[in-house]
Amino acid sequence: MKPAFSILAILTAVLLSYGLYQALVVAPTDQLQGDVYRIIYYHVPSAWTAFLLFSINFVASIAYLVSRNPKADVLALVTAEVGVVYCTIVLVTGPLWARPVWGIWWTWDVRLTSTLVLWLIYVSYLFLRRFSSGGQTPVLAAALAIFGALDVPLVYFSIWFFRTQHPQPVVGGGGSIDPRMLHVWLLNWAAFLCFAGLVCWSRYRVEILQRELEEAQALQALLERNPQ
Amino acid sequence: MIGLANITRATLAKDLRLEWRSKDAINSMLFFSLLVVVIFSFVFNPTAEESRRIAGGLIWVAFLFAAIVALNQTWARELRNQVLDAYRISPAPANSLFLAKAIGNFIFVTVLEALMTPLFIVFYSLRALGPVYQLPIIAMLGTWALVVNGTFFAAISVRTRAREIMLPLLLFPISIPAVTAMVEATSAVLTGEFSTRFWIALLVAYDVVFTIACLFLFETVLHAE
Repeated sequence: MKPAFSILAILTAVLLSYGLYQALVVAPTDQLQGDVYRIIYYHVPSAWTAFLLFSINFVASIAYLVSRNPKADVLALVTAEVGVVYCTIVLVTGPLWARPVWGIWWTWDVRLTSTLVLWLIYVSYLFLRRFSSGGQTPVLAAALAIFGALDVPLVYFSIWFFRTQHPQPVVGGGGSIDPRMLHVWLLNWAAFLCFAGLVCWSRYRVEILQRELEEAQALQALLERNPQ
Repeated sequence: MIGLANITRATLAKDLRLEWRSKDAINSMLFFSLLVVVIFSFVFNPTAEESRRIAGGLIWVAFLFAAIVALNQTWARELRNQVLDAYRISPAPANSLFLAKAIGNFIFVTVLEALMTPLFIVFYSLRALGPVYQLPIIAMLGTWALVVNGTFFAAISVRTRAREIMLPLLLFPISIPAVTAMVEATSAVLTGEFSTRFWIALLVAYDVVFTIACLFLFETVLHAE
């Protein structure tokens, strides 16, 4: 195991536990919502991480189509997988918070719906990878990833046209947030990013090894069939 | 350019002739959407006022599901006798093949819509309160939105296991904005309560973006090994 990997693992563990402590104990309670608001320390960083991973998937897919470098394809695969996991966390923690605060589990608001559609697109991407076989999978998957990315702005505008109910972004949206809350927020985002990086890294190694193994096995079978 | 148009025309003529002789796709699409119409009218049993509100959604869901039939057989038909492999090694530009298939599907689904719409009007006693002349425009833009991506994804799904089921799994998530736009625009015309302008613009944007993307990527997908 590379030392950098161990360092990242330790850093992730420290950041996650410190972030948990900060989010649950240190961060001030919200004036209006009470303690239930604390879920945003997981909800929002997960969303940012998922969107970042999907962007990496898009770039890696283009890179694969241009260069045909299998490493770009493995990167696209692992970011899509981990991105779907983070996106699922977003879609689960959202309703948990919405029920006590909005009084409803779900509403077809622009951010919720776009995230759901994004999740659907990437789940179909993983389906395609599962159901196609052989060397064509990376090309087909990369084409689908590009279509998915092109779809995102259209999805957003189509739903934006209905009025939106989601709280407007507090960061960069002109809203106000207690600096202590922002601090915890960013801390948790850093922790989640490290964790995502760690999982992607392990998954990347596993996938590369898996492919090497399959290649070796195919070669072995070929050699056994025609000796010399 | 002339080569592209000629090959497109030849392939399209071949597909139309095949369909004209067998009528497989159009018959199954027609019967399928007829079933959807009948089942929906049992399920909802709507009054004239309600019909106007839900008909846009019903029509497009019926057409979307029915179109899958035509889209699935687009490339599956070429697998027999390795025709698709022959296409792949022929010097014909890949995009002419794609355009022929997409235009062919567009014609099939348009025929389906032309035959089914009167039936919808009768079964749901529809009378539009908005600008009716916009409906053909919405129908054409919406149909192209479905078939251009549908033809592309059919070329992907034909290469997978479980190919029949794979096409809707790939096509439906990507088509969500297009379907929303078609349904909302149609409902706007039927109820006359709001403007169609935004939705038609969205459909145009969707058509342009994905037509370019398909033409750009089709050759890569066709030659994927």
